[in-house]
Amino acid sequence: MKTEIIWMIIGMGAVTYIPRMLPFVLFRGKELPIFLQGVLKNVPFATLGALIFPGILLIQEDIWYGILGAGAAFLTAYLGANVIVVVLSSIAVLTLYSYFV
Amino acid sequence: MERQSSDFKRGVQAGISIAIGYFPIALTFGLLAKTTGLSIIETVMMSMIVFAGASQYISLTLLTLGTGTFEIILTTFIVNIRHFLMSASLNEKVEEDRPLFKALYAFGITDETFSVAATKEGTVSTGYIFGVCSVSYASWVVNSGIGHLVGASLPETLQESMTVALYAMFVGLLVPSMKKSTKAIYLAGVAAVFNTIFTFAELLSTGWAIVLATILSALIIEAVESFKTRKAKGGKPLED
Repeated sequence: MKTEIIWMIIGMGAVTYIPRMLPFVLFRGKELPIFLQGVLKNVPFATLGALIFPGILLIQEDIWYGILGAGAAFLTAYLGANVIVVVLSSIAVLTLYSYFV
Repeated sequence: MERQSSDFKRGVQAGISIAIGYFPIALTFGLLAKTTGLSIIETVMMSMIVFAGASQYISLTLLTLGTGTFEIILTTFIVNIRHFLMSASLNEKVEEDRPLFKALYAFGITDETFSVAATKEGTVSTGYIFGVCSVSYASWVVNSGIGHLVGASLPETLQESMTVALYAMFVGLLVPSMKKSTKAIYLAGVAAVFNTIFTFAELLSTGWAIVLATILSALIIEAVESFKTRKAKGGKPLED
């Protein structure tokens, strides 16, 4: 093992862990101003929007690939399917698509 | 104790879709790490200690380019700073517990584990988070190793179609909330628009684009809502 790589990994681990950990030890939760609490409560839904778009449309150069995958996911999720079913059906739809294209 | 163990099981169940989604990404990471010249121990060690997909991929690219250790660490920090926001948000939702436990499970916060825990109904218990994170972590570490060991990825068609897995999971987590609340639709929609603009304008790196899009959307929607509530004076706030 190269020592430099090991130090790099340890450094990467430290700078990744610290931002993940700080809020949990700095704040006890529920002591921030109401408005800020509201903003933090909004974060999950906003994050999901940003994590999905535009990434899902760009997974392949062929944009239809992303559109189909997104369509399958949104449709199955809208119909009330469990998350795993949503994941498996979009994989299935895209496997079929690349099989035919 | 018994409650924690059944919460742990529920967390593991909820984390299974993450484990599936990590499978192709971790496998590919192991493979790429091998071609970059990392040993299997270094590869598995990186997945064990860093546990952050995007930055691990980027580090491989930078290593190939001959970038220095310090720059790689700095880049990792910038790419992963968004987890600060996610932890701060999740911290409002988790049950009170000893700081030591919170500091322990904080290690497992990724885009995916955060999304699963944060969209769960009601309070999130310590056992539940440990469940979600353990199964995801196991998948990430083990499959990185397998990717390096086997030195091959999945059949191309399957590999390609599996790239949609994590996105589909995000959709599966978001849609139920969108059906229940208009506010969730606005939050996701506004953030999606901002992130798309930032991405195509190429003004920001992916990590910062997501952070900024999230903050802007969460702030704007909250401001609009509290403005409307104040205007309605005693009227019901927007359903959440």
